[in-house]
Amino acid sequence: MTQQQTAGGDVRLTGISKTYGSFTAVHPLDLTVPQGSFFALLGASGCGKTTTLRMIAGLEDATTGTVSLGGRDITGLPPYKRPVNTVFQSYALFPHLDVSENIAFGLRRRGIRSVKKQVGEMLDLVQLGDFARRKPHRLSGGQQQRVAVARALINHPQVLLLDEPLGALDLKLRRRMQLELKRIQTEVGITFIHVTHDQEEAMTMADTVAVMNGGRVEQLGAPADLYENPRTTFVANFLGTSNLIGSEIVSMGTDVVVSAGGGKLRLPGGRCPSTARSGEKLLVGVRPEKISLTRTDDAAAIPDGRNRIAGRITDSSFLGVSTQYVVESRSGTVLQVYEQNIERDSRLVPGAEVVLHWNPEHTFGLDADQSVHAGAAGAEGLEEAA
Amino acid sequence: MSVTEAPPAPPARAGARKPSIRRRLVPYWLLLPGILWLLVFFALPMVYQASTSVQTGSLEKGFEVTWHFRTYWDALAGYYPQFIRSLLYAGTATLLCLLLGYPLAYLIAFKAGRWRNLVLVLVVAPFFTSFLIRTLAWKTILADGGAVVDVLSTLHVLDVTAWLGWTENNRVLATPMAVVCGLTYNFLPFMILPLYTSLERIDGRLHEAAGDLYATPATTFRKVTLPLSMPGVVSGTLLTFIPASGDYVNAELLGSTDTKMVGSVIQSQFLRVLDYPTAAALSFILMAVVLLVVTVHIRRSGTEDLV
Repeated sequence: MTQQQTAGGDVRLTGISKTYGSFTAVHPLDLTVPQGSFFALLGASGCGKTTTLRMIAGLEDATTGTVSLGGRDITGLPPYKRPVNTVFQSYALFPHLDVSENIAFGLRRRGIRSVKKQVGEMLDLVQLGDFARRKPHRLSGGQQQRVAVARALINHPQVLLLDEPLGALDLKLRRRMQLELKRIQTEVGITFIHVTHDQEEAMTMADTVAVMNGGRVEQLGAPADLYENPRTTFVANFLGTSNLIGSEIVSMGTDVVVSAGGGKLRLPGGRCPSTARSGEKLLVGVRPEKISLTRTDDAAAIPDGRNRIAGRITDSSFLGVSTQYVVESRSGTVLQVYEQNIERDSRLVPGAEVVLHWNPEHTFGLDADQSVHAGAAGAEGLEEAA
Repeated sequence: MSVTEAPPAPPARAGARKPSIRRRLVPYWLLLPGILWLLVFFALPMVYQASTSVQTGSLEKGFEVTWHFRTYWDALAGYYPQFIRSLLYAGTATLLCLLLGYPLAYLIAFKAGRWRNLVLVLVVAPFFTSFLIRTLAWKTILADGGAVVDVLSTLHVLDVTAWLGWTENNRVLATPMAVVCGLTYNFLPFMILPLYTSLERIDGRLHEAAGDLYATPATTFRKVTLPLSMPGVVSGTLLTFIPASGDYVNAELLGSTDTKMVGSVIQSQFLRVLDYPTAAALSFILMAVVLLVVTVHIRRSGTEDLV
């Protein structure tokens, strides 16, 4: 096993796909997960992320393509011959075995007799030392989840696959387990591939996130990179919230100038899709927390060179750390703004005339040929509601 | 290992208002029909039966309780071959039911897919015909010169079974094999249904998890499926063994005088010999023996530990 690890354990998917009858769950997909990384497959339910994971585990046969691990093709291997282990969504703990026997299951199957020491170490790692003789049904959800992780990790797999392992836990526990899993991953240094529909979870835990949609990978990158530079409206909306404004390109240079709703906006040329041409349409995006709000009366104080849009506040909600404003621009576009609650201007109430302004550097451009609402159907369905 | 967490003491129900007496009696009222049923159709007959077993007398002069416990000893001494035979036949039939029923139940639970309900109906379908008629049908199936006997004879299977003492004179009917076949056939559904129920309850993801943890399909069956299906195995074997050990129809119709089971003896003592005390004593001995076998069986399989 150690020998395999030193040989380099990148997971490489080549042209892998899965079809059920006429339904394509996963379109041919190429993906490389470097050894030792924490990789997240993020997407809404039914986007093919779990199917992809199950193909790596061997629980699902790939229709086309290959899975290789550290250069070794494992596509044809049954699950019990693959050096990968899975933490299942429902944990799938064996109800007739106690915690320590659940954890020892994989070792025993490989003919290892003296499991006591390793099981003890694993119980310590997941902080369940006192529960070794309990049956799974006498554990809480969080404890069961930790048993499931320990049961997989004890085998020192080359890759640990996590299939929405935190989905069944309440919010507080989920946050704690996220940090816990991250700690364990750093400690053991095994490649983790984590499937989740929770964008926050993916961003807090993973080094690299692949956003999946409709059986395809939309974009792949570090969480901050995906957040700041979404390449599709789906990614822009699925990861956090984005304000997307329809516009037309006026001129192109180091800065691109577009006209939107009667005004002019600027954005860096490097943040535009390479297909953008002068005179064509472009979706201009900006994250809500990048925007500042100033009352129209005080607009003279706004420094030059910032992008501006005038509008009226239609709604505001106090969120504690910040306040969320919904602003309707003169041309009718609905925009969201998050203002930090440092010095709250008490005159910023629904009905107030305001100017939204932000640094042009924070503006990104997207191909206008896609739906503005893609990926926004989740919790942040404000655009649909408006 | 030391358990540091003591189970918390149940919180005192201070301040909880006592429900009115009428409310507290409701469960007992609901239980009443069941209790009455058990009293009239189980407890009373048992007492009556027990008293019959210690009576002496004859049909003409009447029976009276003389606490004649010797009847038990005489019954056991006179009919112990039938007792042993009953347990042997019922045990063999139960084992055969398990061997035949488990793969079928497994198939229905995990592989039948949309055919599942159809196959289940097929398992139960023979029950739409009367028990007696089904058993009589086996008489035809196993008849001398019939297709089954011909084939078995040609293949020299009957030579082997004859050597084992299961058949004789190149015939199947009126041999132990016929009785065991009849028992197996008649009680197979009682094995399959509980097995199916407990197999069907097993989460398919447990099989995936076992496979993921390096268990081959065979090991997965041995270490996960079989232990989790033990409640079904236990209830299936009980539902088969208990009625089979008291059965007399199969022995009467498919067997001979050499294959009489204790059920036949009880039946003839009650209805033909009219020796009620001996019949009652035999019934009680059978009950005790079955109870003993069942208790040992449950203890050994340790299913109370399962969820």
